[in-house]
Amino acid sequence: MCTTCGCGIGQTRLNGKSIQLRRHSDKPLNYRPPGQDILHSHAHDPIPVDADHASETIHFGTGIAGTHAPGMSQARMVRIERDILAKNNHYAGENRRYLSEQGILALNLVSSPGSGKTTLLVKTIQMLRGKLPIAVIEGDQQTDHDAARIRATGVPAIQINTGKGCHLDAHMVGHAMQQLPLQDNSLLFIENVGNLVCPSGFDLGEAHKVVILSVTEGEDKPLKYPDMFHAAGLMLLNKCDLLPYLTFDVDLAIEYAHRIHPALPVIQISATQGTGMPAWMDWIEAECRRTAVAKHTLKSTDQTLG
Amino acid sequence: MHEMSLAENMLQLIEEAASEQKFTQVKTVWLEVGQLACVEKESLRFYFDVVTHDSIAQQARLEIIEIAGQGLCNQCHQAVLIASHYEACPHCGSYALQITQGDGMQIKELEVE
Repeated sequence: MCTTCGCGIGQTRLNGKSIQLRRHSDKPLNYRPPGQDILHSHAHDPIPVDADHASETIHFGTGIAGTHAPGMSQARMVRIERDILAKNNHYAGENRRYLSEQGILALNLVSSPGSGKTTLLVKTIQMLRGKLPIAVIEGDQQTDHDAARIRATGVPAIQINTGKGCHLDAHMVGHAMQQLPLQDNSLLFIENVGNLVCPSGFDLGEAHKVVILSVTEGEDKPLKYPDMFHAAGLMLLNKCDLLPYLTFDVDLAIEYAHRIHPALPVIQISATQGTGMPAWMDWIEAECRRTAVAKHTLKSTDQTLG
Repeated sequence: MHEMSLAENMLQLIEEAASEQKFTQVKTVWLEVGQLACVEKESLRFYFDVVTHDSIAQQARLEIIEIAGQGLCNQCHQAVLIASHYEACPHCGSYALQITQGDGMQIKELEVE
């Protein structure tokens, strides 16, 4: 565990090796005494929960911000208005820019543990082998079992162990991208930590999150874990070969997913039996073409500007 | 669990602000949290206390301002308030809502010394 702030990041490992993901300052923070109060206004505050009308803006002038009297104490107000995911989003933006410049399609696979992500990935790699270069970033709390399964297919893989962490973040993925042999115009799969909650909020710089729901889970998972289904660009309904033995209602599951995300495309597959996999291949190939076009457009724009 | 990362990010933003705006002690943090943001407020409070221990924000009070979820209905084009991602439009019953507000988290301001 990190000794500076007590966080679990210190246990993050890349292929078993410890990496310093967060830079903490060793020196204590020394600052000059505060100057004058900073003026602030509340004109653009969004609507709080207790507002009774959607277009009405309520002002937060009632707290200490509005009542504080300068000169009474050394206290002052500092308005910073920063998104607390700004740091992650900055790293994600860097990853995304690099990926699009190199024409690399990055897909972030997310699901609960046990939905068949790694099996799906192995089968997908076998079907795409020879068509385009592939690399994989594997995220798990512990072990490099998944990366070993991927490497057995002949594709380079980096394992990120998040230690106590429950999700990959863009900084970890940026490190892993530097260590991977990433070829231009290739495909990068990022298999996130099996968790339907936390990875939804962390942009890694991927083109799409692909959420995998297996038919051995409940149909109402999209309603129970809405953030992930809202963030996803594709849903794969996996293990469909088991449907004859289960009471899983496919239409209901898709209806629930569409309540959360009306435009979410859904492909029904069985990674082990191969059904539906051609549709998934078609989707990947269409996205690869889109990435190639975007790279081309980016280059011509750069040349025009340069 | 990811609330710990969020709390760490908050501390980083506060430390950056401290270095820019020259302050040494944070007394209160006003944080806006959208109703649709993927964050559990009580868990965030817990980790904020843990993460800020021995820092510039030690013992800072965390004031959470909850921001209503708001969306635009793609079917009847009305602005609606929603508390969760799976709510239907109260006017026409459609689930095709586009989120326009309340899915973010932002440190609004700090009381500092």
